[in-house]
Amino acid sequence: MSEFINFYLFPALTIGSIYALGAVGISMIFGILRFAHFAHGDLMTLGTYGILAAAALMPVNPLLLVPFGMALTVFAALFVDRYFYRPLRDLPTIYTVISSFGIALVFRSLIQLVWGSENQVLVAGVRPPLILFDTFRVSVLHLQAIVTTAVIAVLLHFFLTATRTGRSMRAVADDPELAEVSGLDTAKVVRWTWIIGAALAAVAGAFAALNTSAHPNLGWNLLLPMFAAAILGGIGKPMGAMAGGFIIGMAEELSSYHWIGDEALISPSYKTAVAFVIMISLLIFRPQGLFKGRLL
Amino acid sequence: MTEQLSVTGLTAGYGGPPIIEDISLSVEPGEIAVVLGPNGAGKSTLLKTIFALTSVSAGSIRLGERELTECRTSALVPLGVSAVPQNRNVFPSMTVDENLDVGTYAAPPADQKATRERVLSLFPDLKGKLRQPAGELSGGQRQMVAMGRALMSEPKLVLLDEPTAGLSPAYLERIFDLLLDIRKTGITILMVEQNARQALQIADHGHILVNGRNHVSGTGEELLGDKDVRRLFLGGAAG
Amino acid sequence: MELTGLFFYVVSLLIMGGIYALLCLALNVQWGMGGLFNAGIAGFYGVGAYTSAILSTAASGRHLGGFSMPVPIGLVGAALVAGITGWAVARICVRLKSDYLAMASIGIAEILRLVFVNESWLTNGSLGVSRIPRPLSDFTTGRMSDVVFLGFVWVIVLLVYVATSRLYDSPWGRSLRAIRDNEASALAAGKNVEKYRIQTFVIGCAVMGVAGGLSAHYFRFLSPTATDPLLTTFLVWVMLMAGGSGNNRGAILGALTIWTLWSVTEIFTNRLPPEWATRSSFIRMLLVGLLLQFVLQRFRSGLLPEKSPPVRFRKD
Repeated sequence: MSEFINFYLFPALTIGSIYALGAVGISMIFGILRFAHFAHGDLMTLGTYGILAAAALMPVNPLLLVPFGMALTVFAALFVDRYFYRPLRDLPTIYTVISSFGIALVFRSLIQLVWGSENQVLVAGVRPPLILFDTFRVSVLHLQAIVTTAVIAVLLHFFLTATRTGRSMRAVADDPELAEVSGLDTAKVVRWTWIIGAALAAVAGAFAALNTSAHPNLGWNLLLPMFAAAILGGIGKPMGAMAGGFIIGMAEELSSYHWIGDEALISPSYKTAVAFVIMISLLIFRPQGLFKGRLL
Repeated sequence: MTEQLSVTGLTAGYGGPPIIEDISLSVEPGEIAVVLGPNGAGKSTLLKTIFALTSVSAGSIRLGERELTECRTSALVPLGVSAVPQNRNVFPSMTVDENLDVGTYAAPPADQKATRERVLSLFPDLKGKLRQPAGELSGGQRQMVAMGRALMSEPKLVLLDEPTAGLSPAYLERIFDLLLDIRKTGITILMVEQNARQALQIADHGHILVNGRNHVSGTGEELLGDKDVRRLFLGGAAG
Repeated sequence: MELTGLFFYVVSLLIMGGIYALLCLALNVQWGMGGLFNAGIAGFYGVGAYTSAILSTAASGRHLGGFSMPVPIGLVGAALVAGITGWAVARICVRLKSDYLAMASIGIAEILRLVFVNESWLTNGSLGVSRIPRPLSDFTTGRMSDVVFLGFVWVIVLLVYVATSRLYDSPWGRSLRAIRDNEASALAAGKNVEKYRIQTFVIGCAVMGVAGGLSAHYFRFLSPTATDPLLTTFLVWVMLMAGGSGNNRGAILGALTIWTLWSVTEIFTNRLPPEWATRSSFIRMLLVGLLLQFVLQRFRSGLLPEKSPPVRFRKD
């Protein structure tokens, strides 16, 4: 039991948190701008390297440096939207998708140009785990990731339901033309979508790098599970995307648990295939996801 | 509203051939004006053009001094013009309360609470449904939510596109009564309608469009009494 | 650079150019004719490569093999397996919006890569499959076989070009374009939109499989890194967008032009001191990414007309 919790459940919840934070941005961009943002993973990586750069100058806990990562990702997202996505807004959205493919590459190559392509560690050394109730050994990082994500979830829910901007965002996601007719400032909504999506991507990037290490393909490798999570939660339902992220993370990690007998149910090398299979099943049977999102 | 809305020589479409051509009409402050005509006459297009949702090739729309053809869609509400579209007129995943609230963002009323009270007193049915997602309501209730949202910004002019389309006779009556109530508060109404007879009965002026062009205009009574109009739109029988 | 060196450089350039031309022709069928966005080219390319390799190599203890089929049979097998894989993907996604097809195709490419890396009994994992034969290897060896291979590749390119051009003009092609231009009225006219789209996707994937097979036979060696998404998927998209304009000749032209640019810049960067050499590959990636943006914003003319409604924030 404790083995399950220490080595499977908590890591599952941690990776689930990372997916959740990334998937929220993807779902919001899907919901408001109506396209699949293929550069979101690399936006996460950008956040990670922003933190890495700040860490070189300020040797403190990397989590305190997340605002620097956010500054970089928010700037990058707004810049890219203004100069690359916005010019294509009048066309069928598939062109923006193609463009985001290219932007992913631009982000990745810029990162490799500046920082090189080897793995880098955000925090040197091994930190001792917390021991709870004498049996559960939990890594501090896992706790930080899970708690942070839970807090963000609450804040996000509050933002979307109780603030003007949040409600405006939901309105634009529901019906952009009606939103315009009602006088809503859709340009502002678009800006905030990028700001929130990019900021959360930076947090996700931080935890992902702390969980493994920082390398240029960090975000790109997580893109597919995050898309799966966004679809699972229902497109345009940010809270659903959070739930989706946790479910996908759990499914991935727990799939390699030895539920039956001694062997892992699914070989760990095929972990990423789990998210893909879930996504495909959703697309066949229930493309609107758990929480009845839009079908695009 | 103290200003007149005047449409002059308006020609507009959706990028291809024009749907409306050389349309001219004016709406006096405080009146109920109705736009009628057969299907495809361009009635909805006229309303959409006022809201900058089409492409204008000629003509002008003036609200007092303001030239509306130069405005963006989202600029209309702050100018005191609200709209109730025909379909897709609520935000389905948002609650009734949230839908009404959204109406105040672009043009916050001076006393938001009082405005809300007033709107809800116009639509008492909604009082018990404030927390329900608007998409779950019936057509008639959705219509009320949409009208409520339009009124929350304390507009001077409200455009309605077929407010009674697809509604049961009971709701139909109520909508027309509601429009009279709204007019009493000094708001000008410009609406497109299919229920020609009832619309003309409450209208001060009517404008009939055929094939995208002006056909005939007049006061409500004039048009009700006109033989041609009776034959074309009112089924010929004495109204 | 002496003449023979230059000659054989051009030969190798044209061989890879021809393989990319095939990929572009295939993508043109899917995107230019059918409006389908395939983001997983690398996967179908890889599956074709491995199929052809496995079918044509001699017995080896390290991977599935021993069939020793002639190269053409290997290529046919590549087309079949890639086509069937494409069929599975299309069957699921073709009804949904193009963004979903993009995700699913990337996913399938990733799954296939995992299979290539992990199923060593099949593929020898990361160590790769070696001693893949050349066509007509009984008749030529050494560098001359490169020239023969060049002819082999371009014969196939020509065949595919003729076939796809015929398809474009055929009743099938016309229906496909009608669907692409106005799905609603095509549906009303009774066309089975889904069936056409699936067929389009399958044909494109089959040709991508052949391209993969050809590259396996060219290099005589195949490992999972051959299906690197950057060089395969992305570069092909840039090639089609830049040269394509939705027609076959543009596809071939785009492939040759961009590949030549890519290859020639590699010569220069290889001559730089080592610290700069790695950086240069990233600079090239960056430039390709930016080139795509430029092409999307400026050179779209002639490419696909509207299929799905764009996001309208201003007017309808």
